[in-house]
Amino acid sequence: MKTNDVILQTATKVILFIILIFSVFIFFTGHYTPGGGFVGGLLTSGAIVLLLLAFDLKTVKKILPFNYMIMIAIGLLFAIGTGAGALLFNVPFLTHAYTHIDIPILGDLSLHTATLFDLGVFLVVVGVTMTIIQTIGGDD
Amino acid sequence: MLHLAIISPFLLAILVPILFKIFRQVHTGWFVLALPILLFIYFLSFISITSTHQTVIKSISWIPTLGINFTVRVDGLSLLFALLITGIGSLVLLYSIYYLSKHKERLNHFYVYLLLFMGAMLGVVLSDNLIVLYTFWEFTSFSSFLLIGYWYQRDKSRYGAQKSMLITVFGGLSMLGGIILLYLITGTFSISEIIQQSSEIMTHHLFIPAMICILLGAFTKSAQFPFHIWLPDAMEAPTPVSAYLHSATMVKAGIYLVARMSPVFAENGLWIWLVAGVGIVTLFWGSFSAVKQTDLKGILAFSTISQLGMIMTLLGIGGAALHFDSIKDSYYTVATVAAVFHLINHATFKGALFMVVGIVDHETGTRDIRKLGGLMPFMPITFTVAIIGALSMAGLPPFNGFLSKEMFFTAMVRVLNMDVFNLETIGMLFPVIAWVASIFTFAYSMILVFKTFTGKIQLEKLPKKPHEAPIGMLIPPIVLASLIVAFGFFPNVLSSTIISPAVAAIMPNFLVDVHISFWHGFNTELFMTFGVVVIGFLLYKNYTRWSKVYRIFPERFSLNNLYNGILNSTEKISHRITSSTLTGSSRTYLIYLFSFFILILGVTLFNRDAFSFDTSNVSTIHIAEVLLAIGICIVAVSMIFVKSRLTSIILLGAVGYSVSIFFVIYRAPDLALTQLVIETISVALFLLCFYHLPKLKKREVRISFKITNALISIGVGTIVTLIALSAHSNKLFESISHYYIENTYKEAAGKNMVNVILVDFRGLDTMFEITVLAIAAIGIFGLIKLRLKGGKNNENK
Repeated sequence: MKTNDVILQTATKVILFIILIFSVFIFFTGHYTPGGGFVGGLLTSGAIVLLLLAFDLKTVKKILPFNYMIMIAIGLLFAIGTGAGALLFNVPFLTHAYTHIDIPILGDLSLHTATLFDLGVFLVVVGVTMTIIQTIGGDD
Repeated sequence: MLHLAIISPFLLAILVPILFKIFRQVHTGWFVLALPILLFIYFLSFISITSTHQTVIKSISWIPTLGINFTVRVDGLSLLFALLITGIGSLVLLYSIYYLSKHKERLNHFYVYLLLFMGAMLGVVLSDNLIVLYTFWEFTSFSSFLLIGYWYQRDKSRYGAQKSMLITVFGGLSMLGGIILLYLITGTFSISEIIQQSSEIMTHHLFIPAMICILLGAFTKSAQFPFHIWLPDAMEAPTPVSAYLHSATMVKAGIYLVARMSPVFAENGLWIWLVAGVGIVTLFWGSFSAVKQTDLKGILAFSTISQLGMIMTLLGIGGAALHFDSIKDSYYTVATVAAVFHLINHATFKGALFMVVGIVDHETGTRDIRKLGGLMPFMPITFTVAIIGALSMAGLPPFNGFLSKEMFFTAMVRVLNMDVFNLETIGMLFPVIAWVASIFTFAYSMILVFKTFTGKIQLEKLPKKPHEAPIGMLIPPIVLASLIVAFGFFPNVLSSTIISPAVAAIMPNFLVDVHISFWHGFNTELFMTFGVVVIGFLLYKNYTRWSKVYRIFPERFSLNNLYNGILNSTEKISHRITSSTLTGSSRTYLIYLFSFFILILGVTLFNRDAFSFDTSNVSTIHIAEVLLAIGICIVAVSMIFVKSRLTSIILLGAVGYSVSIFFVIYRAPDLALTQLVIETISVALFLLCFYHLPKLKKREVRISFKITNALISIGVGTIVTLIALSAHSNKLFESISHYYIENTYKEAAGKNMVNVILVDFRGLDTMFEITVLAIAAIGIFGLIKLRLKGGKNNENK
């Protein structure tokens, strides 16, 4: 069955980036306003799913040539590494640290190790969703 | 430093694969060899401390809230074992370098396993904390499993590995139970603290169960009857491993445990009877079975079993000495002294014999005594070592085995004078069985040497042309043989340095002055030995005439058969259960899950009378919420009646989106956001799966099918609703949200409470959740990508 999905494809090309930027925003803003690694990750995978629906699996694999399994591993490494890093400073596992710095244009910026942990969550969520969707979708 | 000594084998184990890869031309064993030698020298330096009956205690806190600390304690007993582990370990390592070819074998695996074992074993004997001890204990079972299965291509290796694992881990788990019982009694895991409380433990009602559980651990590990069956099968391991784990060290862990726990339990009559009784049965059965073996390593395996039984008996009888505080002249404590002394002697002669057997196997290609014979002219040095080892094992002068055997007889004869726990009457059996078992010991020692090295050479039956072993393989057994002779002539080198501190650790309330004399005069023990030699020699010479005795017990009734039977039937039964419940249909699985869910929650809810419905703390309901709820209900109900899957997926999505509107109304933006995205993605996922799903079946109209579906769905719905209502109405605890509201900014410097909880307060949860997610993804990947070809059941997704 041949279908014409020009509208969807064209719209996707624009919307995709909006979603992606939004997901990054959501991810970083998570510590102070709604959002965080989990939602951010889901949004990113939502964007990729949209891409999948508009195009097909092969094209998406060409556009985003990630091995999502490795992404999961890196994510877990981030999460566990952040936790284990605390041990080096002789505090219990998963103790977070934070600080504020002033950057000329951006202004007051707070830095958290929690963000690194959240980045792990983000990567795992994207990796897991995409692995599942790719395997099930790619199976004949 | 002490902790480092225990950990160092593990650390080196990490490096072994790298060394193996980089220095391909050098035998990996050479890198490893240095460690046990260094450790041996290091532990030797403790002799000056322990010989004055002092102990060294070093502690690192591990999980202090649970009373688990990595406490290392060096006293006479643990030092003796540490020296055995590192000393025999060094010799075995040197031997293994020549035994295992660097070209053919996977040395990286071998040495990693061996180092794991060495570290674990050091941990077992040096830990003062029972939980730490248990952890290392299981590590030794585990590394033994890996080493027995080292040549995993062979069926027998895998069988032996599995058998040893099942039996020793069974014992290990029951030991864990015993440890926990002891903790319940005393409130501590520290051995030294438990020993201090021993008088209170005696009267506790959990005393007997704790003792039996711990003894099960010790008996399985030390291959005591009826658990001994794993040891002969463990002989499938490479010979250096057999020499190290399955004769000199690991199997003695059980003996260590019995000795270590003696101050706690040994005053009890049941302990004495169990330890000594099981020991003496093992002693007899092991030596009796050893005679009929045709495999050299089989003989040694049963011999090890029997010798372990002997040490066990001695420890049990030694415990009885606690009842005779008045007699200070070591009249009864001789049993414990003999146990410690024989432990050392056994390690020397059995280690040497195993190495000899390894050499014979290596240089002739077989270990079958029916094929061997007349090797003496080919291997004169090996023969010399063999005869020294065998004569020591048989208990002949002037070797060390003679001395400990005499002490063993002394201890057994003195049992007759004990007037506690019926030992003076039934105890009569101890010297008798000991004597009979020693006769068999003598017989198999003769078989071992003379069937191999004398008689006619049968060159045509040997796979290889025999020749003397390389010098590296000869050094370790020669060292051990010289120790046999040296300890035989100068036993008192050991007595004040090693034996006496060890005995003091086993019997802390006794001041035992150990002095071993070579010549006791013409006493009962010496005549017993004469009898052993004469009858043993006759048995050896006339073996063919009386060997029929072994056919009295048919194979069917053997313990091995029982073990195999149990193993087979568990496999069969579990297969039957699995295949009857796991049909491959997702619907069936969901029925299991949900029925269980309904039952367990429903029963609990009404049993505990937990259901309550309280409207006092409810805010006013707006019309918008009511409408939304009605909408959700309509969509949900209509889903039952749709005929196409596509529609039902979209309707399901609609329910999800509507729920997220609820979250918006109740001002939970995080939840709403997550719910929205989740809904989107799961609908997309459903659409992708859509292709694989079968059409909704119209013909499936069986009434039972529909009723089950209805019952399950209504049940789940009701239970969840009831729980939600009563969760709202029962406030059992103060809500934790105040804590989070107060501390989110103060402690974690975040303003979004939900996210701060996720990444900080309950970060560990999140970490494990994403781990579970990752596992699920890998699982799905595996299920789909790697599914077996041609399987029909795989289509039911």
